[in-house]
Amino acid sequence: MPAMNAADRDLNTTFGALADPTRRAILARLSRGEASVLELAEPFDMSQPAISKHLKVLERAGLIARGRDAQRRPCRLEPRRLKQAADWIGTYRQFWEQSYSRLDDYLHELQTKEKTRDVKKTRNHRRTR
Amino acid sequence: MTSRKLEIIAEPGKTSFTTRRTVDAPRALVFEAFTKCEHLKRWMGPCNVTMVSCSTDLRVGGRYRFVFRSPDGNEAGFSGEYKEIAAPERIVRTFVFEPIPEAAALETLELEESGGTTIIKTTTVHKSVENRDGHVGSGMEAGMTEGYARLDQLLAELATELQKR
Repeated sequence: MPAMNAADRDLNTTFGALADPTRRAILARLSRGEASVLELAEPFDMSQPAISKHLKVLERAGLIARGRDAQRRPCRLEPRRLKQAADWIGTYRQFWEQSYSRLDDYLHELQTKEKTRDVKKTRNHRRTR
Repeated sequence: MTSRKLEIIAEPGKTSFTTRRTVDAPRALVFEAFTKCEHLKRWMGPCNVTMVSCSTDLRVGGRYRFVFRSPDGNEAGFSGEYKEIAAPERIVRTFVFEPIPEAAALETLELEESGGTTIIKTTTVHKSVENRDGHVGSGMEAGMTEGYARLDQLLAELATELQKR
């Protein structure tokens, strides 16, 4: 859609990262505050390395950032990229909602014209008879 | 009264998303409105955007291209090739937003008439970057479609949580 410029190529990575339910759950958890890998792994039936893999995807997508503390490396939400993704969806929806609304008016206009033409045709037909 | 809402549906695990919208016009007219430039120029695009160029070579293998200009003067082109045409009910075409050629998609437009109204259904399947043989894949962009559907929900959740803090 028009508002998606070349700089937003990364959005594909963002949407890819968001496509997974575990990663969405991780983001939802992080929205309540930062957490370590151990804390994040707890509610899931998943090994720590598996969670770490998900975290790497989220980090690459710019959706989370990780702290410097070598032991704990707490994760926190980076809302900026999430907002970009939401904006893109908003633009897509807006593009088509507005297009369809214009299409409604235009189709109405076309059909009114057609009806007028039909009436004229019928009249002319009667006259020639 | 028909539903005028634009529905956007993405089923989890599928590589496509679907939109549905009902309009009050017979199918043949809607088909024309989607394929002829004289019509497309009158409705396609948001209110603040102008379609400055349009071409539709409506035959299998023929190309189409639309260029839009925004109020700030930026122009953006969309183009693709018609793969299948069954007037007035179905068109399959490739779709490329020109600034991002690698994010090509395959679009199916289906028109279903019922009692003088037409349901316009579009299905967009994103091709994966890795899958260069033209098959529909499950690469990165495929994930986008599900993300697309779930994002509204996730953002609402996150906003609520962030407010609590």
